[in-house]
Amino acid sequence: MPLFYEKKQLVAPGDLLAEGDYVSGDSTYKENGKIYACRLGLVDYDGKRVHVVALKAFYIPVPGDTVIGKVVETMPSGWVIDIKAPHLGRLRASDVVERSFKPETTDLPSIFDVGDLIIANVVEYDRTRDPQLSVREPGLGKIMRGQLVEVTPTKIPRIIGRQGSMVGMIKRETGCQLTIGQNGLILISGRSPEDERIAVMAIRKIEKESHTSGLTDKVTEMIRKERNAVESK
Amino acid sequence: MTSSIVVNVKKKRITELLASGKRTDGRGLTDYREIQIESGVIERAEGSARVRLGKTEVLVGVKIATGSPFEDVPDKGVLTVNAELVPLASPSFEPGPPGEDAVELARVVDRGIRESKAIDLETLCVEPGKLVFVVFVDIYILNHDGNLIDASTMAALAALINTKMFKYTVEEGKIVKKPGYTPLPMTDYPISVTFAKIGNKLILDTWLDEEQVMDARLTMTMTKDGNICAIQKGGGSGYFTKEEIVEATKIATEKTAELRKIVVKS
Amino acid sequence: MQLKANKKKTKRERETMTNKKTETLIDKKGIRLDGRKVDELRPVKMEVGVLPNADGSAYLEQGRNKILVGVYGPKEAHPRHIARQDRAVIQCRYHMAPFSVDERKSPAPSRRDVELSKVIREALEPAVFLEYYPRTSIQVYIEILQADGGTRCAGINTAALALADAGIPMRDLVVACAAGKVDGKLVVDLMDTEDKVGEADVPVAFMPNLNAITLLQMDGKLSPEEFETAINMALDGCKQLYAVQKEALKSKYVSVEEDKEE
Repeated sequence: MPLFYEKKQLVAPGDLLAEGDYVSGDSTYKENGKIYACRLGLVDYDGKRVHVVALKAFYIPVPGDTVIGKVVETMPSGWVIDIKAPHLGRLRASDVVERSFKPETTDLPSIFDVGDLIIANVVEYDRTRDPQLSVREPGLGKIMRGQLVEVTPTKIPRIIGRQGSMVGMIKRETGCQLTIGQNGLILISGRSPEDERIAVMAIRKIEKESHTSGLTDKVTEMIRKERNAVESK
Repeated sequence: MTSSIVVNVKKKRITELLASGKRTDGRGLTDYREIQIESGVIERAEGSARVRLGKTEVLVGVKIATGSPFEDVPDKGVLTVNAELVPLASPSFEPGPPGEDAVELARVVDRGIRESKAIDLETLCVEPGKLVFVVFVDIYILNHDGNLIDASTMAALAALINTKMFKYTVEEGKIVKKPGYTPLPMTDYPISVTFAKIGNKLILDTWLDEEQVMDARLTMTMTKDGNICAIQKGGGSGYFTKEEIVEATKIATEKTAELRKIVVKS
Repeated sequence: MQLKANKKKTKRERETMTNKKTETLIDKKGIRLDGRKVDELRPVKMEVGVLPNADGSAYLEQGRNKILVGVYGPKEAHPRHIARQDRAVIQCRYHMAPFSVDERKSPAPSRRDVELSKVIREALEPAVFLEYYPRTSIQVYIEILQADGGTRCAGINTAALALADAGIPMRDLVVACAAGKVDGKLVVDLMDTEDKVGEADVPVAFMPNLNAITLLQMDGKLSPEEFETAINMALDGCKQLYAVQKEALKSKYVSVEEDKEE
């Protein structure tokens, strides 16, 4: 049962990855017993499962994910949120306001207005309807301050690091608060604009070099160098 | 488009029947519906024809005017083909300028006439670089029940065969009419056949239901001596294999000859 | 993205365009106007990810053709009535820059632009997993910056790369190439003068994995046998260009061979 590529090799859409008794995973598809890549990325095999870690992919909502989004429309029933996915997210008014809320008397824009950024959880998503969001849990809701950085969603796991090691390091070294949305948006809130800028630099470096090893050390080094340069001014 | 649930049920029935070589209206895979051709139905046009292909109905009018030739072909007359999917022909046609379907239809019919040199455009030149005849072929869809392309090609051909030009002389660079008419000089009679792919079957002359479920369509236009002068794949997000195209070419050679006899005879 | 000016038309080319003499298209030694043999493709160069704003983009040069494609989406379909409940729709626009041809072309879409936008869309649709993103639209903007024959094929090649660059899942890349008849001989990859003065032009788009022809047109006059040979020549050209497409996609990330994560 042949495998046509080695682990971590770069494959393109249409590349034949495997033939035979395999299961098609992320960014692959199976046709006539053959598994093909459907995105550009690095192929990996996990027992019988063949998948591709896409180099670039847009965000597809998954229930349970935390996302950062922008309010683009207010309606009597709630809000429409742009979460950088193929479909717009929906936040029901009933999620935020008391159960017995009256649309005529409750001023929804005063809670979230067009242009506001919010952190929310994806609670429901299937292809037939738009993703449903919720801000019920603590830590969710309107973002009052901070800087927003956008990365391609496939890099988010690298930025978080194993058991949060990478993002934890950035927080420690820069003193910034980082809120990471699975949809590729990251909120940085620091004590000074300089600290925030260094955190952004760190994220960009991880994005660019996500495929290299020893990255946590390299990024730590870069942050420390930057802080020294700033302090010595 | 109306609810896709209806389309799925239709598609299933059509595909099942096709698997056993049958169609919903009892025709064979390469059979055309009943063809009725009437020529000279619009007296004010220099040429006209009305074609009914099953319930699909197309009216083509040919008008001849004079004008200046294109700069890069100063010694040839001008041919322009236009198509209108008039709103009364189908609930899915809307008023307005020609959309992509009307444009494609016109250009495919145009290609057939132009590339086969059905009309010898050089004979339409009055004074090179200055004055030529312009042939307007206007396709008017009156009722859409599938296979507009083939119906339009036949109607355009019948209308051109029907076209009469006034006799004239040229005096001091101007055209002066003389009594009498001559038929438009034609050197070929292009005919198109349009295949639809449903599942893995190729069928000819789809009616509306079949057209709505087809995966893709392939039109082939052939000249009177069996050469191909135009091809257009369209009509859906499906595809053809090279083998299907070769098979289609064989069927087209036979079928266009059959259809040509019907059109030329009328 | 590097735009480079090539040589302008040769004397032989200009004469053929004015005289429209088919005999000069291929000389006695079987050499075409630009020095190619009948089965040779024009030199081609492809680059991926050239536009920062677009979700996906690509740039292609083939002979004098210069094509730029930007892709946006999948995103909510607008206007609402074009959305399909069962799958995404592709909105494709083939457009030529006014300065792309010898005589300035009006920026308003011509009927040819409308037809080409349609057939190119139909050539790309079979490759994309449209059913994964219902009620959305994928916008493909093809800009012909300079034209020299075969722009619909070059446009398809570039658009396929841009779609892949956008991370849109595809069954295969779509690759396109034209063949035709020029001065009595069957040739591949016609340039503009050959297309205008020659006897036939057959553009073909192909998905190699599925043996699927997704675009097929022809104008001119060919016997059924010549037509079959022309398709084969076009498919051969497609196979060569497919390799260049794969290379262009991969070379953008050539240093990416992921080591173990720490």
